[in-house]
Amino acid sequence: MTDFLNAIIVIVMILNLFALGTSRIASVIRIVAVQGALLGVVPLLLHWGGGGAPSAAVLLAAGAAIALKGLAIPAIMRRSLRSAAIKREVEPLVGFLPSVLLGAAGTALALVFSGRMGMAASQPGTLIVPASMATVLVGFIILTTRWKAISQVIGYLVLENGIYLFGMLLVEAIPFVVEMGALLDLFVGVFVISIITNHINEAFSSMDTRDLVTLKE
Amino acid sequence: MSGMTLILFAIALSALSGLLPWLLPLPERARQVSTTVLLSAGSLLGLAGIAFSLGETTNTYVSLPWFLPSGAFLADLDGLSAAFLAPVFAIGALGSVYGLGYWKASAHPGNWRRLGLSWGILVAAMALVLVARDAVLFLVAWELMALASWLAATVESDNPEVRRAGWVYLVATHVGTLFLFAMFAFWRSATGSFTLEAAPGLGAAAAGTLFALSLVGFGMKAGLVPLHFWLPGAHANAPSHVSALMSGVMIKLGIYGIFRMSSLLPRPELWYGWTLLGFGALSALAGISWSIAGRDLKRVLAYSSVENMGIIAMGGGLALLGRASGRVDLTLLGMGGALLHVWNHGLFKSLLFLDAGAVIHASGTRNIDRMGALARTMPVSALLFGLGCVAISALPPLNGFVGEWLMYLGFWRSVQGGVVALPAVGAGAAVLAIVGAIALAGFVRVFGTVFLGTARTEPVEGIDRKDPCATMLLPMIALAAACLAIGLLPAPFVGLAGAAAAAWAAMPSEAGSLSALAPTLPLTLAAVVLLALALAIGLLLWRRVGRARLGEARRSAGRRGEARRSAGRRGASVPGGPAAAVPTWDCGYAAPTARMQYTASSFAEFPARSLSVLLHFRREARLPKGALPGPSSFSREAPDPVLDLALRPLFAFASRQLGRAKILQQGQTQMYLAYVLAVTVVLLVWGAGIP
Repeated sequence: MTDFLNAIIVIVMILNLFALGTSRIASVIRIVAVQGALLGVVPLLLHWGGGGAPSAAVLLAAGAAIALKGLAIPAIMRRSLRSAAIKREVEPLVGFLPSVLLGAAGTALALVFSGRMGMAASQPGTLIVPASMATVLVGFIILTTRWKAISQVIGYLVLENGIYLFGMLLVEAIPFVVEMGALLDLFVGVFVISIITNHINEAFSSMDTRDLVTLKE
Repeated sequence: MSGMTLILFAIALSALSGLLPWLLPLPERARQVSTTVLLSAGSLLGLAGIAFSLGETTNTYVSLPWFLPSGAFLADLDGLSAAFLAPVFAIGALGSVYGLGYWKASAHPGNWRRLGLSWGILVAAMALVLVARDAVLFLVAWELMALASWLAATVESDNPEVRRAGWVYLVATHVGTLFLFAMFAFWRSATGSFTLEAAPGLGAAAAGTLFALSLVGFGMKAGLVPLHFWLPGAHANAPSHVSALMSGVMIKLGIYGIFRMSSLLPRPELWYGWTLLGFGALSALAGISWSIAGRDLKRVLAYSSVENMGIIAMGGGLALLGRASGRVDLTLLGMGGALLHVWNHGLFKSLLFLDAGAVIHASGTRNIDRMGALARTMPVSALLFGLGCVAISALPPLNGFVGEWLMYLGFWRSVQGGVVALPAVGAGAAVLAIVGAIALAGFVRVFGTVFLGTARTEPVEGIDRKDPCATMLLPMIALAAACLAIGLLPAPFVGLAGAAAAAWAAMPSEAGSLSALAPTLPLTLAAVVLLALALAIGLLLWRRVGRARLGEARRSAGRRGEARRSAGRRGASVPGGPAAAVPTWDCGYAAPTARMQYTASSFAEFPARSLSVLLHFRREARLPKGALPGPSSFSREAPDPVLDLALRPLFAFASRQLGRAKILQQGQTQMYLAYVLAVTVVLLVWGAGIP
């Protein structure tokens, strides 16, 4: 079971690099959707790995995560993308290839660090800790180097995927309510940001967050 | 019904006085009047409650349900609370009545509601502070008081100067409250409960810490130097009756806090008394020195409040020394004098502030150097202000003397020995005397410049320089009458203050009584003689002036007759009427002007220069030079040493230094996220123990 889990986690890490290297926003949304859906499977695998069948609550949580991250949120974002009539992230702060290299370096560092953090012990043999750190780093790279508001949303989603993965370390300890609450937060957050991006688009006639500097004190 | 219940009802009624009139469909003015009526009714209820509780011997402790998870609604009334509570209700009601004339709804359509509402809440919060016996309840009431007074003091918030002063006040009062939070948290950890009841088991170190914290936290509200810096600005920029309430009552609550805390602690150590006495003496000297250098009438009065708070603190210090050394006489005389001075200062400072409101309204400025001759057109205000000046200068036969007289007795007795002699305390009497002398000079200066001489400016258009309307005059007359009453018949008040002082020291009644220590009969006799003398001299002057005027009128009538005869020959007419007013004879100078009079600044030149240790002047002078001098000018400002010379530069420096950090604020989300990323990476590296 651990091998299967690690395979999924490796795919998640590779998807990170794809997300960094793709300029078409629609493709990035799709990549992040796949990543989110894959992550939704992880808790089920962990439960099977620990013996015993997953409870109804775990099934429900996993189902909700897959439905939200894999379907609902990407749908909202595609809608927002259509109404904003943009396709690509142009002129990011760091180019696409350099950001892929940056992401790869971050992933490598995460693998180095995680061995020394002394907390991988709760899920021995898995790549959960380095992968979550790498995903969080990639989320940050997207957030800090892309200008379009919709790319920012994508950055937050990747960041959240990393945090979600980290939460897998405590999969038995996190109550159902907390998990559902986090999902709801994410959904509402994306929903609101999508609406706001449309308003940014109308107010500044672009979706470039650099224009928001004019709101500075 | 116990007195305590009445007081709680009074608090509720005062708090709601600004709201209840809105339940009825009334015109604006009727709403304003009913606010005042409700507040006055509440205050009378409260005063009745105090009067009832004086005769009560049963337990007055009240416990009500409370909405917060910590603390409790515990209220009680003892002599110390009652002593501070009486001025809250009395001046709260009188000031509200004054406000009816001074702050008419029609003249201030934008903010009279805010003032009415915050006034009621301020009175209620102050009363609640005084009866609260639980730290959480106390802090809630304390904060309510700070906010309500801030709202009331900054009603003219469209004026930037008012906003600035209000900001300083808001920051200062919260810094003080912060110390109170620390104090009560420490109290909780030292005694195990938030209930404020005597804790005889406290260790010396804990008690000392609590006392020091209370000195800073409450000293900020009381305006003890150097924590007074918010006081002059806030008082000068508030409406005059708000200044009266703040200066006459609210800042006393700072003193109450210090007194209350020291009564809860176990037997005080000597250094408590020395510290309070030292800060009191410093405040008294510095306050009156700054007062005499000022030109803004309300700042002058505000600095004089700093001085008077210092005097009260000196009394408290003496009492603490007395308790620490087991001297009943010093305890009673010091605390009795301090409490009497709390009442007295509340009365005459409110009177002066209310009168200053009328004066400022009539002359259109707060600058004393631009006033003058107001006694001619505002005789009643002038008389009342004069009474206030005599009282505040601690001269018999008015009330200011009585409280200070008790303190003088205490200071002298401290030198005489007994169980423990405290010779150095005798210096307190010298400080009191010096302060009294400077205060006298200062108020002679104010009264002379404002009311005597000739007017220095033309009247503001549309404003009569006349005595204000009855709603403004009556509260002032009531205050002046109270000043006179305490001065003439101090016996019952000394008795009450003595009882409160005994309650503060938790002293059995057989230990001694203030009335026995300080016989008031000579005071009454002296006051009656002095009053009779003053009346006789006044009558004599009156008759002389009247006779002189009569003679002058006869002479001028004769002259007019002549003039008319000669004018008739030339066919011109001469206007009739009474004798023409001519300026005072000025040694034959041909073209005298009103600006040649002594001003308040020139009057203050000598005393201010001799006090320059405590004062700092900014002067700009272009003095006349040569045989044919060009235009010359002279101006001198006395900035507040703490606020303007220490705190403002300090904060400006800090602001400049911190301004460098503004380059971090780029306004770009990406940049901020990069900061988060950088911190995360640093923490990761640190957590992994890489370096």
